[in-house]
Amino acid sequence: MRIILSSTPMKQIGLFISCLILLLAFIFSIAIGQTSIPFSSIYDAIFHFDAADKEHVIIRTSRFTRAVIATVVGASLAIAGALMRALTRNPLAAPDILGINAGAIFFIVSAITLFSVQSLMSYMWIAFLGAGAAGAMVFFLGSLGRDGLTPIKIVLAGAAITALFVSFTQGLLVIDEQGLQSVLFWLAGSVSGRSIEMLVPVLPFILGVTVVAIFMGRSINILQSGDDIAKGLGQRTMLTKITLGIIIIILAGSSVAVAGSIGFIGLIVPHMAIQLVGTDYRWIIPYSAVLGAILLLSADIAARYVIMPLEMPIGVMTALIGAPFFIYIARKGLAKNA
Amino acid sequence: MPNYVSVRTKTNRISFQIAKRTAWILLLLSLLLILITVLGLSAGSEFIHPVTVVKELLGYGNGDYDFVLHTLRLPRVLMALLVGAALGVAGLILQGIIRNPLAAPDIIGITSGASMGAIIFIVYFMGSVSIQFLPLAAILGAGIVSFIIYLLSWRKGVTPIRMVLIGIGISALAKAVVTMLLVISNVAATTKAYLWLTGSLYGANMQDVYLLLPWLVILMPLTFILARTVNVKELGDEIAIGLGVKVQVYRLLFLLISVMLAGSAVAFAGGIAFVGLVAPHMSRMLVGRSFAGLIPVTAIIGGIIVIVADMVARTAFLPKDLPTGVFTAAIGAPFFIYLLFRTRNQ
Amino acid sequence: MKHVLEAQNLHVSYGENLILEDLNLQIPKGKITVLVGANGCGKSTLLRTFARLQKAKSGEIFLDENKLDAISTKEVAKRLAILPQGPVAPEGLTVQQLIKQGRYPHQSWLKQWSTEDEKIVNNALAVTQMTEFADRPVDALSGGQRQRVWIAMTLAQKTDLILLDEPTTYLDMAHQVEILDLLFDLNDKEGRTVVMVLHDLNLACRYAHHIVAVRNKQVYAQGKPEEVVTAEMVQAVFRMDCTIIKDPLFGTPLCVPHGKGRTVQTVELEEVGIC
Repeated sequence: MRIILSSTPMKQIGLFISCLILLLAFIFSIAIGQTSIPFSSIYDAIFHFDAADKEHVIIRTSRFTRAVIATVVGASLAIAGALMRALTRNPLAAPDILGINAGAIFFIVSAITLFSVQSLMSYMWIAFLGAGAAGAMVFFLGSLGRDGLTPIKIVLAGAAITALFVSFTQGLLVIDEQGLQSVLFWLAGSVSGRSIEMLVPVLPFILGVTVVAIFMGRSINILQSGDDIAKGLGQRTMLTKITLGIIIIILAGSSVAVAGSIGFIGLIVPHMAIQLVGTDYRWIIPYSAVLGAILLLSADIAARYVIMPLEMPIGVMTALIGAPFFIYIARKGLAKNA
Repeated sequence: MPNYVSVRTKTNRISFQIAKRTAWILLLLSLLLILITVLGLSAGSEFIHPVTVVKELLGYGNGDYDFVLHTLRLPRVLMALLVGAALGVAGLILQGIIRNPLAAPDIIGITSGASMGAIIFIVYFMGSVSIQFLPLAAILGAGIVSFIIYLLSWRKGVTPIRMVLIGIGISALAKAVVTMLLVISNVAATTKAYLWLTGSLYGANMQDVYLLLPWLVILMPLTFILARTVNVKELGDEIAIGLGVKVQVYRLLFLLISVMLAGSAVAFAGGIAFVGLVAPHMSRMLVGRSFAGLIPVTAIIGGIIVIVADMVARTAFLPKDLPTGVFTAAIGAPFFIYLLFRTRNQ
Repeated sequence: MKHVLEAQNLHVSYGENLILEDLNLQIPKGKITVLVGANGCGKSTLLRTFARLQKAKSGEIFLDENKLDAISTKEVAKRLAILPQGPVAPEGLTVQQLIKQGRYPHQSWLKQWSTEDEKIVNNALAVTQMTEFADRPVDALSGGQRQRVWIAMTLAQKTDLILLDEPTTYLDMAHQVEILDLLFDLNDKEGRTVVMVLHDLNLACRYAHHIVAVRNKQVYAQGKPEEVVTAEMVQAVFRMDCTIIKDPLFGTPLCVPHGKGRTVQTVELEEVGIC
C-alpha cells in the first residue's frame, strides 16, 4: 500500500491543514442553510450577542449547537471505528455494522417507551449499557466455531445482532404509535434539533477516552501483529482489549445518545486515515478524529440541500455515501481471502 | 445399518435412503402442526372450543362461527403457515450454499430489498394503484436488489463470502432509502409502512393465500429434487467441483429459489424476522444434516413459529392486534442467544 | 508408457502473476506420481489445474487423450477424483453421510441410494478402517481420521484416477505413513492411478513410482526417484545442499540436508550406501 504522508513532518503538517479545513467546515456549517448568514454576523453572535437580532438567535440556538454536535459525534464515531478495526483486525468493523448502534438505540427506545425515562443523563448510561451488551454479543457470536474471529463471521454476527435489536425496536414503536414520529428522525440519526445540554453530560467522557485512546496508540500497534505475538512481546493483551472495548462503547454509546444512529463514519474515516498515514495508530487516531468531524460536518451541510425544503436525516446521508464504500472494500479489500 | 431404511425398486431405478429418526420426527411435527393450527383457530377475541373448530372445518358444525373461522381466522393461520414455511426453507437454502449458519434472507439483503419495493409503493402509489399490487412491488424489490447483489459479487464467479458482505452493504443502502422515504412521507403512510416493515398478517384473506400458495407448490418440490446437490455444495466449492457439480450455475439457481421463496413471503407478510435464521437451526438439531430431510422439517417448524407468533400477537394485548414480526423476533432471538451459549460451552 | 493425464503448453496465472509457463507433463497410468518442489513453485496449482479447479490461461489438459474441457464436468467426476487441501466438513455431518457424497456423480434424483452405492460406500469405509465410526460426526474425529474420511469420499467416487493435494499436511509422522500406506495399497491392489503433491521429499521417494520436480514455472525433472533425485536436483529445486544416501530399509533415495547441527559420530558414507 502506498502511504501518502510518509514522513513525520509531513504527517504533522497534514494534521495541521486538516484542522484548518475542520475550522472552515465548522464556520460554513454555521453560515449556510435555509437562511444564509454572513460571516460577520457569526463573529458578532459570538462576541457581541444581540438577543433581538434574528440571525444571532439562529446561530446561538441552532446552528452553533448543531455544528458542535456534528464535530464531536463525527470525531467520536471515527475514533470508535478506528479502534474497532484495530480490536478485530478487520477492515469492515465499525460500530454500526457490528450492531453497537442498534443495541444502544434499542435500550434507549425501551427506556423511553416502557419506563418513561426522560433525563438526558440516564439516556447516556442506558446507551452505554446497550452498546456494551450488543458489542459483547457480537464478539461472542463472532468468535464461535473452529477458526475464531474471522472478518466474515464478525460482520455476519453484527448483522444478526442488528436485526435482533432493530426488530425489537420496531416492535416497541409499533405498540407506541404516538412515539413513532418523534423518535423516527432521531432513529435515523440527526444532529439538528438538539440542545447543547444533551452534549454536556457526555462531553467529559468523550474527551477523557479520546485522550486515553491517543496514548494507547503504541499498544494498539503491537496488538496488530496478533494476540500471540503481542503476548510474546510482553503486552497484557486482555487488558488492552478490554480497555479498547470500553473506549469504543463510551464513544459509540454517547454518539447514539446525542445524535441517534449515524452509520458508516466509523468505516470510511479510518480507511482514509490509513491511506494517508499508514498503519501507525498513534497517527491514525488523531487523523480519524479530525477527518471524522470534517466528514460529518460536510454531510450535515449537504443534508440541508438534497431534498429542500425538507432536511434529510444525516444518518441516511452517511449511509448513501458509506454503503457504496463498504461494497467497494468488500469487493477489493477482501478479494484475497474471500 | 439400523438407523436407516433403504427404499429401492427392483432394478434400482428408484432408490433412496431414509433416516428413521427423520421420518419419526416428521410425523410428530406434523401432528404438532395440526394441533397448533387448531389452537390458532380457537384463539382470538372470542375463544372457540377446539372441538367445535374441528367440527366446523370438517363440515359437521352448525355454522355459528362461519364468518369468524372461515373469513377471519383460517386465512390468517394458513398464511402464517405458508409464510413461515417459505422463510424457513429460504434460510435453509442460503445457509447451505453460503456455508454459514448466520445467513438468512433478512440478513443478506433480500428482505430489505422487498421492504424498499413495498415502501416505495406505499409512499408513491398507494392512492392511485390498488393495494393488491403491494406484494408485486415487494417481490420486484427483492428480485432487483438480489440481482444487484449478485452482479456486484461477480468477479470471475461469485464467492459466498463476497455475496454476504455485499448483501449487507446493499441492505444498509436499501434501509437508508426506506428511512428517507419514511421521513419525507406523511404520518398515515409512515405508520402504515412501519407496520408493514415489522411484519404483519393483519387482514390476511383467502385470496392472499391462493396467491402465495403456487410459489410454494412449485418451489418446495424443486428444492427437494435439488437437495442432493445442496448436500454436496455444503462441502465447499472445490469438493463440489471435484464431484462434478456446476457450482456457479447451481449457486445462481439456489439463490433464485431462495429469493423467490423469501420475496413472496415477505411480499404478503412484511419483514417477519428471524424465522429464516432460526428454523433451519432448530431442524438441524432435530434431524442432522441431510438436506432432503431438512426441507420438510424446516418448513413445518417455520410454519409453527409464525402461527404461534401470530396467535400471541393477536391475543396477548387484546384488543390490540400487534404485528407478527415482533413475536417471531421474540421467539427467534432467545433461541438464537441459546445457540450462542450452547456452542460457546463446547 | 501409457499416460492418463497430459498437460500441453500450459499457462496458468493468478491475476497478473504467471504461475506456470508453457508447461508440458504426462502422468503415467496405474502408477503413483508425486509432485515436489519449493514453496510457491506452482505444484499445487498444477494439480488443481489437472482437476479443473483452476482455469488455465492457455494450453490444454488431456484426460485419457480427450480434451478436459470438452468432457462434461460430471463425466470427469466419474473418471477423476480430487481431494483439495484442508477441506472442512459442515458441523454435525456424519462420516457415512460425507462418504455418501462421493457417489454424487453416479446418482440421479430418483436414484439416490442403489445397492451398488451402498456396496461401494461400505467398501470405502472398510478400506479406510472407518466402519466403526460411520455414524460419528466428522468434526469430532482426530486429524488423521478426518483425512481418512475425506479419502474415503474420493474412493467412493470410484475413479481410476485420484488426485490429492498435500494429503499429509498437519499430520504427525505416524499418521503420514498411515495415509500414504493406504494410498500405496489402493494403487498396488486396485491399480488406481494416484497423483499427489507432497512436501516431504523422502516420503515422496519412498512411495512414488514417478516423481516430478517443479521449478520456475516449469517441470525441472521427472522420472523414477532413484534416477531423478540427486544432490544437484535438490540444489536446483530447493536451493539446499544435501547428500543423497540409500534408505536402509527400502533402498530408495534419502535426502540428508547439510546445514548445521550437532555431530555425535561421523559415519562413512559407504556404510550407509551413498547413491
